[in-house]
Amino acid sequence: MDTNKNSYTVIYATVLVVFVAVVLALASYLLKDRQQRNVAIETKQMILKSVKLGMDAETAPDKATYIEEQYAKYITDTTVTAEAGNLNLFICTMDSGEKMYIVPVHGTGLWGPIWGYVALKGDFSTIYGTTYDHKSETPGLGAEINTPAFNLQFEGKQIFKDGKFVSVMVVKGGANPESTNEVDAISGGTITSKAVEAMLQSSISEYLAFFKAKLEEAAKATPAPADSAVSATADSTGTAVQTQLN
Amino acid sequence: MDKKIFIEPLFRNNPITVLVLGVCSALAVTVKLEPAIVMALSVTIVTGFSSFIVSLIRNTIPNRIRIIVQLVVVAMLVILVDQVLKAFAYDVSKQLSVFVGLIITNCIIMGRIEAFALGNKPLPSLVDGLSNGLGYGIILIAIAFVRELFGSGTIYGIPVIPAEWYIKNGGFYENNGLFILPPMALIITGVIIWIQRSYTKELIEK
Repeated sequence: MDTNKNSYTVIYATVLVVFVAVVLALASYLLKDRQQRNVAIETKQMILKSVKLGMDAETAPDKATYIEEQYAKYITDTTVTAEAGNLNLFICTMDSGEKMYIVPVHGTGLWGPIWGYVALKGDFSTIYGTTYDHKSETPGLGAEINTPAFNLQFEGKQIFKDGKFVSVMVVKGGANPESTNEVDAISGGTITSKAVEAMLQSSISEYLAFFKAKLEEAAKATPAPADSAVSATADSTGTAVQTQLN
Repeated sequence: MDKKIFIEPLFRNNPITVLVLGVCSALAVTVKLEPAIVMALSVTIVTGFSSFIVSLIRNTIPNRIRIIVQLVVVAMLVILVDQVLKAFAYDVSKQLSVFVGLIITNCIIMGRIEAFALGNKPLPSLVDGLSNGLGYGIILIAIAFVRELFGSGTIYGIPVIPAEWYIKNGGFYENNGLFILPPMALIITGVIIWIQRSYTKELIEK
């Protein structure tokens, strides 16, 4: 057969492309449910990780079930109303009864989206833990933002300084170890590191009105006697979230 | 089957140091050993199977659109593997997701299909693809080893330089930042080519 004829070329190209399209569409259709479940589990695992829970996931006999159980046990999804509209917030009740507020953050890295979860303590300033992830940052450089080494730096940092929102700065060339809001950037991954800084700045700032309202409520509740203060704060926190629910 | 098809691409006819193919990705993923190994394995599998499939249909491919046909086959294979991994081995797929684009555009894959698979039977093509991937992998791992050791002071993520050696802990040692940047990968590739040519004189052009 003459494979150089125009008609043969056109037919060959058409058949090939249709065949490939069918194969890929079929694969995507058949695997979609499993893939979406994997993505959902991973998101839950990230949220749990930001408050240092669900750490046994890799050794658990059934990872998916384990994550689901842990998530159901500790985390509550809520929406809070702030200036920018309704925002997602995850509230984690630790075994000790302490509440952690997990703020989802989104940003743009060097090659694609980056995102993460920042867990704040009840003072809405101290970072309890963070998890970041990325779609397509450079392996070995920007991609290092999802490593424990990078995330551990954020623990205990303060996003407020003298009552003003300062977020956390990712500093190239070494952060000042004394500073409460500076962490080291990744060598060779400066653009992604700066993107993390910008992501924290913009995503967390949307929640400021909510933080302020909560802190004021807590301040009102504190004049109560010392031993009932804790439960009063906890109660007001609970009701505040209820009223903010949509 | 000729044993040369398997042995040659590993050293004498190495895709990176002799054919100078796939250098772009060698610069990108050799900062650390782990991504280098992942990339080496993925490229080996993809070159092997895409050479095999293209060789199977080589007599039907219209000459004028052969490059596009090859590209479609390679892209389909990579996307299919990625989709299946995403469903059944999600952690592996996350590791690979950043490499998918790099694999499809890797010159070695197209280079081997054009140079070998189009003119040879499927089985030798499979072997040629696999061994070219391995030859690529050997160089990648060698470069990554040097870069990770001097650039980050670790090997496969495990610190090997004692912490007290570092200047910040009162020692005398500092990681070399240049090793993390792409130019160093090019320099190391150059040094490897230099060493190889000083041993195999017939590679030196007149």
